[in-house]
Order: sequence, then structure tokens, then C-alpha cells
Amino acid sequence: MSEACGADRPGDATIRVRGLKFRSGGQDLLEIADLKIDTPAPTMILGPNGAGKSLLLRLMHGLIPPSEGSVRVGSGGTAQAMVFQAPILLRRSVASNIMYALKVQHVARKRREGRLNELLELGGLARRARQPARTLSGGEQQRLAMVRALANEPKVLFLDEPTSSLDPHGSQQLEALIAKVAAGGTKVVMVTHDLGLASRLGEEIVFLHHGQVREQTPEAEFFERPRSQEARSFLSRHLVLP
Amino acid sequence: MHDFAQAFAQGLDLILSGDSDLWKVVLLSLKVSLTAVLISALIGMPLGALLAVKRFAGRSWLIVLVNALMGLPPVVVGLLVYMLLSRSGPLGVLQLLYTPAAMIIAQTILVLPIIAALTRQLVEDLEGEYSEQLRSFGVVGLRAVPTLLWEGRFGLSTILAAGFGRAIAEVGAVIIVGGNINHVTRVMTTTIALETSRGNLAMALALGGILILIAIGVNAVVTALGLTQRRVTNV
Ligand SMILES: Nc1ncnc2c1ncn2[C@@H]1O[C@H](COP(=O)(O)OP(=O)(O)O)[C@@H](O)[C@H]1O
Ligand SMILES: [Mg+2]
Repeated sequence: MSEACGADRPGDATIRVRGLKFRSGGQDLLEIADLKIDTPAPTMILGPNGAGKSLLLRLMHGLIPPSEGSVRVGSGGTAQAMVFQAPILLRRSVASNIMYALKVQHVARKRREGRLNELLELGGLARRARQPARTLSGGEQQRLAMVRALANEPKVLFLDEPTSSLDPHGSQQLEALIAKVAAGGTKVVMVTHDLGLASRLGEEIVFLHHGQVREQTPEAEFFERPRSQEARSFLSRHLVLP
Repeated sequence: MHDFAQAFAQGLDLILSGDSDLWKVVLLSLKVSLTAVLISALIGMPLGALLAVKRFAGRSWLIVLVNALMGLPPVVVGLLVYMLLSRSGPLGVLQLLYTPAAMIIAQTILVLPIIAALTRQLVEDLEGEYSEQLRSFGVVGLRAVPTLLWEGRFGLSTILAAGFGRAIAEVGAVIIVGGNINHVTRVMTTTIALETSRGNLAMALALGGILILIAIGVNAVVTALGLTQRRVTNV
């Protein structure tokens, strides 16, 4: 039997990082010998400021090339998307922002309208469709960025601290949306500083410190028995979990 | 003093009575300058966007050059275009000297660098803001240009207005290549200069008034667009 290579074969969303180095100004900002992310449920990337979390997401998503090594998401051509810490919305209406993503990612013309409505609905933005995107509240902007990222039906979705600038209510709504997307079969890889969120949504934790992966452990284990000294002191410096 | 008051009154009368000489001059001015801005926009906006998003050898030099050309003195442009189009010049066979076409060419040379340089700056700023998101969508390189230009549409309209302001108010280039020929190449600025020297202040004042109104009108449009932009972009 030949190797299965259909777009939907199991494990299609596996992320594999090998021998990865990212160097800048003579410094190794990131150095990851081997990292495999293959749980279907969300993976949370934690670590102190400047650990290289955003850098790792950018490298995995292919926004910047590594200095050395390789990153592979799924089969290579696997659809993936990313939501940035500060949403980058076009100076257009809410609907046009989503429509733009559908168009440039070659979603068939006759499917666009239906998909637009689905995504507006999913983001709770149907009533805001005609409003200029940049006049939305912070939470709505981030939800728009989220559903817009789903335009190409990604198998893998990278999220960089999506709740960091939101109030508790906005944060809750976004969390619900992320949970829904994850439950829908999209592999979520998310950087966050919100440990409560990480523990509720995450199945596994990747802990990054000084550009290196110090732990990759199931969520419960990480919070109860962190293996590394760095993770222990990181956790002790953050608020106690609910 | 009395003479000036009379000149104002006569000038106003020229405007209100629809004096055909006066309005022909106004229309030719608009035609020449708007055409020059249109041509400059069609070349300058893509050129500016290209300079903003493409990395190639000599790019920095080209940017410095385009920026420097923004300050071209109109009379010098007039002189160069004159030499180009004069009977013994390289383009003499076209017989364009002293025609509106020559004036359009001269003003295009004045306006093009303004539009290209300011567009380059605008698009480069926008690219800094959008590039990662667009890359994530698979929109890279030249493919990003239409998006960036559209996202900069409000800024671009201000740039076009600046170009138009430069063209419509300019006298040095059009007087040299147009020759200020009655009913053929006389525009507002050149007519003001001529009529003032002749002592026909009424005509000069009437045209001066219209020129100022056009300038105010263009600014009003740009301001209105700015307000719309604030509504749409919330910045
Ligand atoms: N594209 C880049 N080029 C060079 N250095 C970068 C780049 N992106 C981030 N860095 C540097 O890498 C380090 C880690 O940054 P980052 O990944 O943003 O940290 P964080 O874990 O807080 O997200 C920082 O020192 C930052 O200045
Ligand atoms: Mg970061």
C-alpha cells in the first residue's frame, strides 16, 4: 500500500521542528533541536517575555525563514493561518475584511457569500457587517481577526497572545470562540500569558525559556509538577490558577 | 486707492458676467493641470508603490533622486522641455512647442516626482503595518501593491491634491513652453502675470480670485476626505 497523502489523513496537522536556529546580531534567539506538536487539542506556548514565543510562531507559520533547520506544518501544503497580538485590520468594513481574505486565498466565488455569513455568525459580528472594522471594540476586532483567519479553513491556527489587550469580558468571548474553533477540528497553537486560559484550553504546554524548549508536557502535569526550575519560578511569579 | 477699488469691482463683474475670455483661460488651466495630474498619477503611484515594496540594486539612489526631483524649479523644467521640443531639439518634429500638450508635459515633469515620492513613503509605511498579515494570506511582493494603494486611498487623495496644487499655481514652466499665446496657451497664472504688467488689474484680480477659490476648494475636498477617513479608520 502506498503512503496515504490525502489532505485529510490523520496527523496532517502535525508540526515538526528540527534543528531550528534563528540568529540575529550574532545571537541565537531560538534554538530548538526537535519539537513535535501532534496533539489534536490545543497546544499552549508559555514562557517569560523575550523567550522567543512570537518568534517561534512566526517561524512555524513561515513568515520568516530560519537561519538553520526546518519547520514543517502537516504535509507542507497544509492550510494554516495566524492571528497577531494586535489585530491588523484593513481600513474597510467588517464584511470586506473577511471577503478580502476569501478572495486572496482563492475561495471559489460562488462559495464566498455563504462562507462570509458563516464567519460573521461565528464571530458574533453579523450585526456589525457594514461597520468600518477599525471602529469595532477591541474584543470585536480580535474576534474579526480570528474568523477572518478561518477564511482558508486552516488545519492549523497560530494565535499570538490574542487576549492580551482585552478586558475580562472580551477575553471570555474570545476564549469561547477559540474553544469552538478547536472543537471544530482546527489545531490551535497559542502563545498566552493567561495561565487560566492556558490550563482551560490547552492539552499540552510547551514552555520556552531563552529561546529553548524547556518542557513539553501535558497541561495538568505542567501546572502541578513542572519539571524545570525555570518553569517552577515562572509559575510562582504568575497568579494562582482558578 | 480708488483705482484698486474700481479694479476689484470690474474683476468681480468679469467673473459674474461670464466673460468668455476669462473662462476660456480658466478652463484651459484646469484642462492642462488636471491632465498633468492624471498622467502623473497613472505613472507615479505604481512607481512609488514599486519603490516601496521591491528591493533591487540602486533602489536607495532612485528614492533619493525622486525625492530630490520634488523640488525641481518650474522655470528650469520649462527650459529643459523647451529645448526638448524646440525645432532643433530631439522631439522638435512633433511640433508641440507652444501648444497645451507642451504645457501638460512640463507640468507632468513637475508633478510626477511629487506623486511618486509621497506615494512611496505612504505605501512603505502601510507595508510596515500590513506586511505580516498579507504574507500570512499569501499576498507577497507586487501582489500586495493594489491592496496597499487601496488601504492608502485617503492619503493618496491628499497627495493628488498636492500635485494639483503645484500644477495649477505654477507659472515658470508653462510660460516658457506655452508661450502665453492668446486663446491658445494662456492659463490663469500666465495671464495674471501678463495682465498685471499691462496694468489690466481687473482681469488679473478676477483670475487671481478664481485661482484662490480653486485652491480653497481642493483643500476643502481633502479636509472632507480626511474626516471620512477618521470615520472609517478610527485613527
Ligand atoms: N524578526 C526578528 N529579527 C530579529 N530579532 C527578533 C525578531 N523577532 C524577535 N526578535 C528578538 O527575539 C527575541 C524574542 O522575541 P519574541 O519572540 O517577540 O519574545 P516573546 O517570547 O516575548 O514573544 C527578542 O529579543 C526580540 O527582540
Ligand atoms: Mg510575543
